[in-house]
Amino acid sequence: MTGRFNIHILFDHWDRFLLGFVHTIESSAIALIGSFILGTIIAVMRISPVKPLNWMGTAYVEFIRNIPLLLVVFFFFLGLPSLGVPLDGFTSGTLGLMVYTASFIAESIRAGIQTVPSGQMEAARATGLTYIQTMLHIVLPQAIKIVLPSISNQFINLVKNSSILAVVAGLDLMYYADLINADTFLPLTVYTLVALFYLILTLPLSLAVQYMERRFSSADH
Amino acid sequence: MDAIKARGKVIAGVKYDTKLFGLKDPASGKVEGFDIDIAKALAKKIFGDETKVELKEVTSKTRIPLLQNGDIDLIIATMTITEERKEQVDFSDVYFKAGQSLLVKKGSAIQGLQDLKKGVKVLTVKGSTSAKNIREKAPDATVLEFENYQDAFTALKAGQGEVLTTDNAILLGMQQQDPNYVLVGGNFTDEPYGIAVKKGDADFVAQVNDLLKEMKSSGEYDKLYEQWMGVKPE
Repeated sequence: MTGRFNIHILFDHWDRFLLGFVHTIESSAIALIGSFILGTIIAVMRISPVKPLNWMGTAYVEFIRNIPLLLVVFFFFLGLPSLGVPLDGFTSGTLGLMVYTASFIAESIRAGIQTVPSGQMEAARATGLTYIQTMLHIVLPQAIKIVLPSISNQFINLVKNSSILAVVAGLDLMYYADLINADTFLPLTVYTLVALFYLILTLPLSLAVQYMERRFSSADH
Repeated sequence: MDAIKARGKVIAGVKYDTKLFGLKDPASGKVEGFDIDIAKALAKKIFGDETKVELKEVTSKTRIPLLQNGDIDLIIATMTITEERKEQVDFSDVYFKAGQSLLVKKGSAIQGLQDLKKGVKVLTVKGSTSAKNIREKAPDATVLEFENYQDAFTALKAGQGEVLTTDNAILLGMQQQDPNYVLVGGNFTDEPYGIAVKKGDADFVAQVNDLLKEMKSSGEYDKLYEQWMGVKPE
């Protein structure tokens, strides 16, 4: 990377840096919540005794987590429109991010569920709770608590992966970084500043993970 | 210049995604175009052999960094000469006169700059003069920038925007690739193309300018122009 280092561009292009930062936060937040919910559903499907559900959940995970994130995003950005559903860069990027991350979250939660003693499911069913009720109120809360550090790592990856929006004009931080770079010819400055913006988001998440690992390592369930 | 002579070949940064100027044929793997032929002519002038040229892919976004890094000796990739870029690189004389224009789907309601109103999505490429110009000429429209021309064209075809803007010469190539898309609105800027070399290499610039003069006086330039553009140069 070439050029001088000129911190002034942060102020000259502040509006674009900020806009990109806000869009990155929005995309990450939506994809985070969405992938958590979707991932939980897929995880429950994966361990379901109902064969078709089990098969669908497994197929989803094995397929999605083994292809590039960009491909998933392109499906929404280029593929869907050809079927008549136009989604803009931000929407397709966020959906792609959500669907992709959900496959990893699903695996984490599945591992967590299988760690919860199966006796609990039997006992809960015996007291009259349905399968779903047991999952929602007994098993999942424990499962998620066990794998919280692993899920949080996936969320940190999600924030970093949100940069995929830059390739489909999703108006995120990385997209505006490319534009500012084209205007200023200062890639070293631009991308260093962008890295700092991402750190503002990922460092707190990282610290939260470390805190959780310490707190939950004293197994008390 | 000495480094190039010592190496025995000249490394040219060209487009791989622009029909007529620099396009890689997926079937044969060969890169062909007006820019490529000029690069070959340069190799012939320096080494007496037009095969002594290595082609490297560049995009509007990557070409200047690659030149400054030394990965390529020169840029010959539909690059418009601008004052801003002159601060980063040295340009040869103008070797092609293009102008910015618009590409739309046949039958589109958009027929010119005046139709680029609020809500209209204009697609272009990161790092191009087209991106900068369109923001000035159509300030109400939404401009979306992509990695290269093929990505932008793919996005246009997928309905991610109503119009694509760049140089007429590049758009002509796209129209040839898919006749469902046509140029409208005429040219609204002048885009003089130059060959860029590393800043300060006056020797090399002189060589390139000599080449261009020779090609123009020998008629080779006109022949090449007509071969690719289908019309004689003005």
